[in-house]
Amino acid sequence: MPTASPVLEKTKIRRHSGIVRVTHWLTFVAFVALLVTGFEIVISHPRFYWGEVGNVNTKPLFVIPIPASRDTVPTGYNYVMPDQNGWSRYLHFEAAWVAVLTALVYGIYGVASGHFRKHLIPERRDWNGRAYRERIAKYLHRRPPDREEDRSYNVLQRTAYVLVIFVLFPLIIWTGLAMSPTFTAAFPLTAALLGGRQSARTIHFFVSWLLLFFLIVHVTMVAMSGFWRRVRSMITGYMRSSEEAE
Amino acid sequence: MNPITRRKLIYGGVAAAAGVSGLAVADRMAKRFGLIPPDGAGIYGPGETLTYACQRLLTANKPAREFPRSMISKSPFANAVAPPTDTFKKLQAGGFKDWRLVVDGTVAHPLVFSLADLKSLPVRSQITEVACEEGWSYIAEWIGTPLSSVLHEAGVLPQSRYVVYYAIEKGLWESIDITDAWDDHTLLTMGMNDGDLPVGFGGPLRLRLPRQLGYKSLKYLNHITVTDDIRKFGSGKGSVDPDYGYSWYAGI
Repeated sequence: MPTASPVLEKTKIRRHSGIVRVTHWLTFVAFVALLVTGFEIVISHPRFYWGEVGNVNTKPLFVIPIPASRDTVPTGYNYVMPDQNGWSRYLHFEAAWVAVLTALVYGIYGVASGHFRKHLIPERRDWNGRAYRERIAKYLHRRPPDREEDRSYNVLQRTAYVLVIFVLFPLIIWTGLAMSPTFTAAFPLTAALLGGRQSARTIHFFVSWLLLFFLIVHVTMVAMSGFWRRVRSMITGYMRSSEEAE
Repeated sequence: MNPITRRKLIYGGVAAAAGVSGLAVADRMAKRFGLIPPDGAGIYGPGETLTYACQRLLTANKPAREFPRSMISKSPFANAVAPPTDTFKKLQAGGFKDWRLVVDGTVAHPLVFSLADLKSLPVRSQITEVACEEGWSYIAEWIGTPLSSVLHEAGVLPQSRYVVYYAIEKGLWESIDITDAWDDHTLLTMGMNDGDLPVGFGGPLRLRLPRQLGYKSLKYLNHITVTDDIRKFGSGKGSVDPDYGYSWYAGI
């Protein structure tokens, strides 16, 4: 069995565990599927409401100014988009299962292995405005990351990941379930606490935009800090140290 | 890269074997307890089966959400339907006096009901929401008799597993499992908001199923068939929906 040479030990840093890598890419695939199919479902009724009920006869909270894929929705356009709801719904819920089961594995691993504590919850010494301001200033001055950041995340990254993993993800699952007539039959509070079925749909819509925003920022940051080096590390688990790369 | 140690190989092998046999057991259990939907094959089958099985196990006996009278929608929306056929227009001209509901299949006594017959059965009224797969919804009061009262009269045979139901228009049909069929909220609806059920909303007879999306609440109902084998109907996927790309189960 080959043993790692001292040179390799020095330049290659073990960055991501197997579970993190596998769940990362599964989540990515599921999220893209959810995003595309979610968009397809929305265009069949691009109107949003607040409260329990809403339809074309009631006042919308807001309307997305696009043509709909159903001719029963008055959009002001003389054009009806292709209707893709059937397969979109099938795939949306299948991808949701992939995302939820992946999240379950990741969640158990994150707690049991200390991954959340060690890498995601901002470190105690950073629980202050100064730590955030300093890291933002560093980004603005395009200063290269510390050596420490080859091994773990900085306070801004941690905060972003914590928000996505512990706030946005649970919220998008909750609001999704609050639209299910069977699920809300068993657990009426899932809809009631949000103000009703249509409120849940509206929140679901906004949270999906926030998640898309995170995806765009995330990929941009990866691109700016060496796209292939980072992508490779999320595939192999190892990363060449930044000093050597630069 | 980490060399794969013997220990890792053994652990991995044991985990994989446990996973595979776990799936095999789950599959057998699911088949035995009717947790696989009729359209549970193909690429979307795993997702459909998970949704249906979980919702069945979690929610089989939970009543649909009901709402206070003050929440009844002032302006409900009647989704567009195909223009009525000549047969329908003739029945409508006669005030639906000749409308019939046929109940057959795996029942002890196949029966035919007029609307007057149905109105003599136990009356039930419920204020529930119609939620369309497109995203919109409204709340109304629905009045009729539970499907279960008709099933009781016909005497459902023990091997029955699904209830298939047809609209008067050819080619429009749905089915539900026997659990949903016996649910109190599964309503043969003849009235809406203190009046007769308007034609636009499915009158004279609509099967309302408030725990599933609107498209399962078939309008212009005139035929119910109880069965032990859903594969004998249409393309074998439980309803006409999968033929159009839609899922048979619409509890989500």
